[in-house]
Amino acid sequence: MPIFSLSDFAKEQLQAVQDYSLLAGRSVSNLFAQPRYFADTLLQADLVGVGSLPIVVLTGFFTGAVLALQTSSTLQQFGSLSLTGQLVSLSMVRELGPVLTGLMVAGRNSSGMASELGSMKVTEQIDAMRAMGVDPSKKLVTPRVFAAVVMLFFLSIISDLVGLTGGFMISYLLLGLDANQYWTTAYQSLRFGDVVMGLTKPAIFGFIIATIGCYYGLSAKGGTQGVGRATTQAVVAASVLILVSDFFLTRLLMGFFQY
Amino acid sequence: MPGTDLPVAERKPSLSGGAAPIIRFDDVAIAFDHPVLEGVSFGLPRGETKILMGVSGTGKTLILKLALGLLKPDSGKIIVCGEEITSMREEQLFDLRRNIGMVFQESALFDSLNVEENVAYRLIEETGDVTEEIHQRVLEALRFVELEHTVFLFPSELSGGMRRRVGIARAIITNPEVLLYDSPTGGLDPVTSNTIIELIVKQRDLYRTSSLMVTHRLQDAFTMASHYFDREQNKMLPNTDSSRDLHTTFLILRDGKVIFEGTAPELLRNHDPYIREYLS
Repeated sequence: MPIFSLSDFAKEQLQAVQDYSLLAGRSVSNLFAQPRYFADTLLQADLVGVGSLPIVVLTGFFTGAVLALQTSSTLQQFGSLSLTGQLVSLSMVRELGPVLTGLMVAGRNSSGMASELGSMKVTEQIDAMRAMGVDPSKKLVTPRVFAAVVMLFFLSIISDLVGLTGGFMISYLLLGLDANQYWTTAYQSLRFGDVVMGLTKPAIFGFIIATIGCYYGLSAKGGTQGVGRATTQAVVAASVLILVSDFFLTRLLMGFFQY
Repeated sequence: MPGTDLPVAERKPSLSGGAAPIIRFDDVAIAFDHPVLEGVSFGLPRGETKILMGVSGTGKTLILKLALGLLKPDSGKIIVCGEEITSMREEQLFDLRRNIGMVFQESALFDSLNVEENVAYRLIEETGDVTEEIHQRVLEALRFVELEHTVFLFPSELSGGMRRRVGIARAIITNPEVLLYDSPTGGLDPVTSNTIIELIVKQRDLYRTSSLMVTHRLQDAFTMASHYFDREQNKMLPNTDSSRDLHTTFLILRDGKVIFEGTAPELLRNHDPYIREYLS
């Protein structure tokens, strides 16, 4: 009797991709069908948005600060210390703001969604919901996806701003840069494409975070151990997918805006 | 002892609607890693209660999930409330399921909602909030299971038996045409089990709701087949009148196949060695 079957493994992976795609598709199509769960969406927006604010602010601030600190010595060698604001601004808005926010929220909310829905799955609450004529994808998945997409968009903006402030604190207090110079270079260096790139990514990352969290939660089996496994897998999968999709999105948008 | 208050004022009798079985399985088969159900066929006439029995892993709970459309069979046909559900999409099944109440093995109450929100879950889905009318219906359903005082408690604050009773209240609040009970007394002490069985008998005899009940406990099954609910005395009594039809039959599964279907006396007269051993 074979211990490991390659074809079975391939089938399982294919099935998982298919199930995930169907769930992700339904989470979007549900937006255009009744019933819509506004109260659940608001609750999720609060959990994802307000709940994640402290870690996003802390991450953004110290990332911006360390970025200014690390790059200052190199820029000083070329006599371009005045470009610190530009460097922090472009790095935060185009890349670090959305990606770090995505990773933080993935660690916090993908796991939360997977464990919550996973617990409901293994205690038959999802079956009970279906048995009472309620569509779990409408009631549980779509509010989480919508809330994550919208909230990540705003969280990234906050992260960018706080990151720029962190960079400014270092530039002004440690490097002795002029405040006006910092903010002017930071602002003037941003092009339309940079802002679009910085605001497109979080929406995609929010979608990944919520759909992955919900998918692993709804696929959980095997009691509490299964819920734990689903939670870990959700965080890993969401984080990896964020980084991979970031690369392709960057390439795509760079091509689009002709960088 | 459960009270006789009607859970809902406008209860409708479930015997209407012709002689066709309210649930019919035709040659149903389903397999996971191995075949679980093979060629299962039976019908549940309107107003009747059918008790599904068999050893663990023989597919009893699976039959309930198939009847509810939570799972699709590999082959065969399942007809519920006159509709063939095997070919229906999930969205279509949601409407059908509103006519069916299910009591889950471990209650499956929503642990983040209180008892009132759990019991009224279906109604809140339609109205969006707990209105005064819904609150009254919840109280009536809870009165039926003698748990009116738990309305604002959370499932974690209830005992196992109380959770099952809340599960029953949740299942009956919308006056479903069919009730599915998945081991409603599993893991409970004999006294609490008897309370649950009395509620099921009460539901059967007062409202004649068609029911499928899975149980491992022979004692519960035979109590149901030999007792009736007396409205005047407000309690379950042994049936001494042989002319009284309790509308309760048995179905026994073995290795995913139906090996017996009939009444309690027929079951007791059966000479099949497996059934004799199962009953002993």
